[in-house]
Amino acid sequence: MKPAPFDYIAPETIDEVCERLAEAGGGATVLAGGQTLMPLLALRMSQPFILVDINRIAALKGAARADGGTRIGPVMRQNEVIADPTLANALPLLLTATRHVGHHQTRNRGTIGGSIALGEPAAELPAAAVALGASVEARSTRGVRRIAAEALYFGPYATALEPDELVTAIHFPDWPPDTINLFREVARRPGDFALVGLIGALTVEQGRIARAGLAWFGMGPTPIKARQAEAALLGQSIAGLDARGIAELAIADTAPFDDHHATADYRRTVGRRIFARALQEALDARQAA
Amino acid sequence: MSEHRIEVTINGQAHRATVEGRLVLGDFLRIDAGYTGVHLGCEHGVCGACTVIVDGCAVRACLMLAVQADGCEITTVEGLAAPDGTLHPAQQALRDEHGLQCGFCTPGVVMTLAALTGDDKRPSADTLLAALSGHICRCTGYQGIRRAARRLAGAPAGEEPA
Repeated sequence: MKPAPFDYIAPETIDEVCERLAEAGGGATVLAGGQTLMPLLALRMSQPFILVDINRIAALKGAARADGGTRIGPVMRQNEVIADPTLANALPLLLTATRHVGHHQTRNRGTIGGSIALGEPAAELPAAAVALGASVEARSTRGVRRIAAEALYFGPYATALEPDELVTAIHFPDWPPDTINLFREVARRPGDFALVGLIGALTVEQGRIARAGLAWFGMGPTPIKARQAEAALLGQSIAGLDARGIAELAIADTAPFDDHHATADYRRTVGRRIFARALQEALDARQAA
Repeated sequence: MSEHRIEVTINGQAHRATVEGRLVLGDFLRIDAGYTGVHLGCEHGVCGACTVIVDGCAVRACLMLAVQADGCEITTVEGLAAPDGTLHPAQQALRDEHGLQCGFCTPGVVMTLAALTGDDKRPSADTLLAALSGHICRCTGYQGIRRAARRLAGAPAGEEPA
């Protein structure tokens, strides 16, 4: 259980990281919190020639308000996200999701950017990014581009990021205060990856749903945007919403699989239930308030 | 394969070394620095036995490279008890509540509880109990460990509500 040999570098600037990634031609791996990468190195499932540690770069840390949303540095630790008052105010759903990532001890190292850039399909944060309409800023010596989270994921640990690109920020748009937040996760134990997970935001304006972001995790090869359910919800009056019917539409977009933790059928059955229940309970709670 | 000079403070003592890039912090603490209270169990981030405190935070020593600890202050289980042998409150609570049997996972559990209760922090019992999810214990069935956590939080250590 020892990593294979590699060269370790810890650049002080983003430019230097990009230069080293460009030179390495795909042989380098970026090390952020390391809470997924270090096990992969220990198991020798990953054997990079060069490990580029970005933990010493101050410009990749912290969160700030920027152009109608929040710009989060990728090296912000998950426990820092949970404790940040700006984020608690602007993105309460992101905090809820982050509390479910790993364990207290791994959240002390694990970063928001690392989780979003890796694209584990059963992880909370990639799905949160998809549901909330986030985008990642990717930089290389060739330039900077922004990739919408919903276009980022191709398959398990497969993303639109090129080997020479570094995630330099994650942008989350603002959601109005009158937004219903949904979060459900079914896992064997706290800290495990989800068997089934759901995250969603529904903005209400004058009694109708004006904006909807819904995503599943653990329900296919990537985080899955529940497009049909989103489309059906838009413009709907929240009085008398058919939660079960919407849940059925949401499940239609998933592509779960059998593994030794659960069958695809189980995931669909549970998904249908937690979706309908989460939506109904949120609507009831709103009515009671 | 790169080598790096690092300087870390372990349990208050400065420690200089030259390490390979791939050396994980847990192996460095045990083999190079001699702090064998750091127990490496699974070596891939699952069991929590190797938990140490780095700059005030409980982290898994198998999921960090030694070179990344350059400039950091590290506390291992050897650094908790007072010089006269008085146990740290986290250690005393585990002892009082029979929170260990074989003891392999114990240093990690102690470090998590110590990190969360240090510096006059007053965590709730729920916070401590939630943090225990990061540890696997194959002997105790966890009940003694949970009682110790509740005692540390100032909650009645006795039977938990069902």
